[in-house]
Amino acid sequence: MDFFHLQPAEWQALVLTLKVAAAALLVALPLAVLVAYLLARYRFPGHGIVNALVHMPLVLPPVVTGYLLLLAFGRKGPVGTFLSETFGISFAFNWTGAALAAGVMAFPLMVRPIRISFEAVDPKLEAAAKSLGAHRVIAFLTVTLPLAVPGILGGAILGFAKAMGEFGATITFVSNIPGETRTLALALYTATQTPSGDLAAFRLTLIAAVVAFAALIASEVFARRLRGRIGGDHD
Amino acid sequence: MIDINIRGRVGRLDIVAQFEGRGGVTSLFGQSGAGKTTVTNMIAGLATPSSGHISVNGTVLFDADKGIDLPIQKRRIGHVFQDARLFPHLSVRANLTYARWAGRRSGTRDFDEVIDLLGLKDLLGRKPETLSGGERQRVAIGRALLSGPRLLIMDEPLANLDHARRNDILPYLDRLCIEAGIPIIYVSHSIEEVTRLSNTLVLLSEGRTQAYGPVAEMLAREDLVRVTGHREASALLSGTVSRIDAAWGLAHVDIGGPELQIPGLAAAPGDAVRLRILARDVALAVVPPEGLSIRNALPATIESISGEAGPYAEILCSLAGQTIRARITRASVSDLGLKPGMAVTALIKSVSIDRGQSTLAPPVSGET
Repeated sequence: MDFFHLQPAEWQALVLTLKVAAAALLVALPLAVLVAYLLARYRFPGHGIVNALVHMPLVLPPVVTGYLLLLAFGRKGPVGTFLSETFGISFAFNWTGAALAAGVMAFPLMVRPIRISFEAVDPKLEAAAKSLGAHRVIAFLTVTLPLAVPGILGGAILGFAKAMGEFGATITFVSNIPGETRTLALALYTATQTPSGDLAAFRLTLIAAVVAFAALIASEVFARRLRGRIGGDHD
Repeated sequence: MIDINIRGRVGRLDIVAQFEGRGGVTSLFGQSGAGKTTVTNMIAGLATPSSGHISVNGTVLFDADKGIDLPIQKRRIGHVFQDARLFPHLSVRANLTYARWAGRRSGTRDFDEVIDLLGLKDLLGRKPETLSGGERQRVAIGRALLSGPRLLIMDEPLANLDHARRNDILPYLDRLCIEAGIPIIYVSHSIEEVTRLSNTLVLLSEGRTQAYGPVAEMLAREDLVRVTGHREASALLSGTVSRIDAAWGLAHVDIGGPELQIPGLAAAPGDAVRLRILARDVALAVVPPEGLSIRNALPATIESISGEAGPYAEILCSLAGQTIRARITRASVSDLGLKPGMAVTALIKSVSIDRGQSTLAPPVSGET
C-alpha cells in the first residue's frame, strides 16, 4: 500500500504544477482571446508578423524559447531589470517564472482553436447587435464571445495541458528548484536521473495521467452542457 | 421624412442614390445586383458613402461636407436583414429585448404591443434554430421595432421564404406598415410586395436611383416596365369600398366617381383599398359593348400609346383621374384607329382584381 502513499516532495510537485498551470492559463487566456479575435477579424499592417510571432514557441525548440526568456526576463535581462527595479517583480528562478514559461509555450495552442471559433461566428451578427444600439465591446461580449465559447474552452484545455507538461523552456529559464520550479515533469525527469528513482518516476507518471484524464472528462462534460445551452439539441 | 443623397463605391458598383420619402413606406425596387442592399447598408451605417448626406425626420445621420458620420449603434435604425440574423445562443425573448439589455435603449414601444402585432406570443421561449423562416423574420422585425428606431429598414425580408410562408407573413407586414408610426424603407425585387406595401417607390438600377415618386405614378412609367417585365406591367387604382353585395359576393369600390365590382374582397364599407390591375387584363373598346360577361366596363381616355416594335402596344388611359394601363396588340391599335385623346371603354376582367393582386393598404400619400 506504500505505493499509493505520496511522498511530500511529490505532493509538492503536484500542487506546484497545478498552481503554475492555473496561473499561466489565467494570464494567457484573456490575452489569447484578444489576439485570436484581432487575427480573426482584422487585417492590419503586420498581421502576418503577429501571427508568426504568436506561433514561434510552437516551432522553436523549447530550450531556445527558455533561453530567450532567460535573456529577456533574467536578472540581467533588460525586461527583468526593468520589472525588478520598477515593480519589484522578478521571474528569475521562482514559480512565477515557471508560469511565464508555461504560458508562453501554451499561448499558440490556445490562440489557434479560439481564432478558428471566432472565424466561424458570422461577423454580420455583430453588425446586427450594433444596429440594436450595442457598443462594439458590448456586441463582442454578448454575441461573439458566447458563440465562441466552445473554441475558447478547447483552447483553454489544450493550453492547460501544455502548461502542466512544459519542460524544456521551464528548466532552461528557471532551472529545477524543488518547491519552487520543480513541476511534475521536472520531478519526473529528476527521478529518472536518480539511481533508485524508478518507483517515484512511476508514481509521478500515474499522477500526471490521472490529472490529464480528469481534465479531459471534466471538459467533455462541460462542453456537452454548454452545447445544450447555446443551441444544437433544443426542442 | 427621409432625405437621402449619397454617392459611393462598394466593390464594382458605383452608387448614386437620391430620393425622399414622405412618410409611410418607401420601397427600394430593382433587380438583383441593382445595389439595393448597398444603399440600405449606407443608410444604416454598415457602409460609408464617399459624399452626400442622409437625414431622417430632420436628424442628420451622415453628412460628408460637415464631417458627420454617426456610428451604427447611434443611428437608431431598426434593420431587418434578409437572413434575419437572430442571435442563435439567445432565446426569442432575449433576442427581442436585446436592444434594452445590451443596447441600453429604453424603447418607446410597448413589448406586449409588438408581440401582439407580430403574433410572437407562443415563440418567446424558443431558440431561433427551432423557428421556421417566416417566424424568424417576424422575430427579427419585432427585435428591430423594440429597439425604438427612428427608421425601420427591411431588406428583402421575404426573399428567403417560399410562397406559402410569404403569404403567412404578408398580413403582418400590412399591419406593421400601417401601425409602425415610423418611416419604413422596404427593399424588394418583387413588384407585387412593393405595390402592396409601399407609398413611395424608388426605382434603382445599376447602383443608380432612376426615379422616385408615389407608387401609382411610378407604375405608369415605361422604365419601370423594363425592370418588371411586360407580363408584370400594371397600374394601381385607389378607391373606397362603397358597399358589399353579399348576395353575389361582390364588393363595390368607388374609384372617384365610377365603381368597380370586385369579387371576394375581404373589406368593409368605408375601407380604403388599393387595386393592382395588370395591363394584360385590360381590354379597350371604342364603342361601349353590350352583352358582355365582364362586369367592369368604364369610360376612359387614352393618354399615350407606346410600343414601336413587337406585337404589343402599351396604352395608358386616364380613368376618373387615375391611370390605368392596357396591353393590346399593335394590330388592334391600328384596326381601331386608337389615338391619344380618344374616348374609349376600358374592360377590366373582374378576375384580375382579386385578393392575390389587390389588397388592403394605406392610401397613397401625396397623391391628391
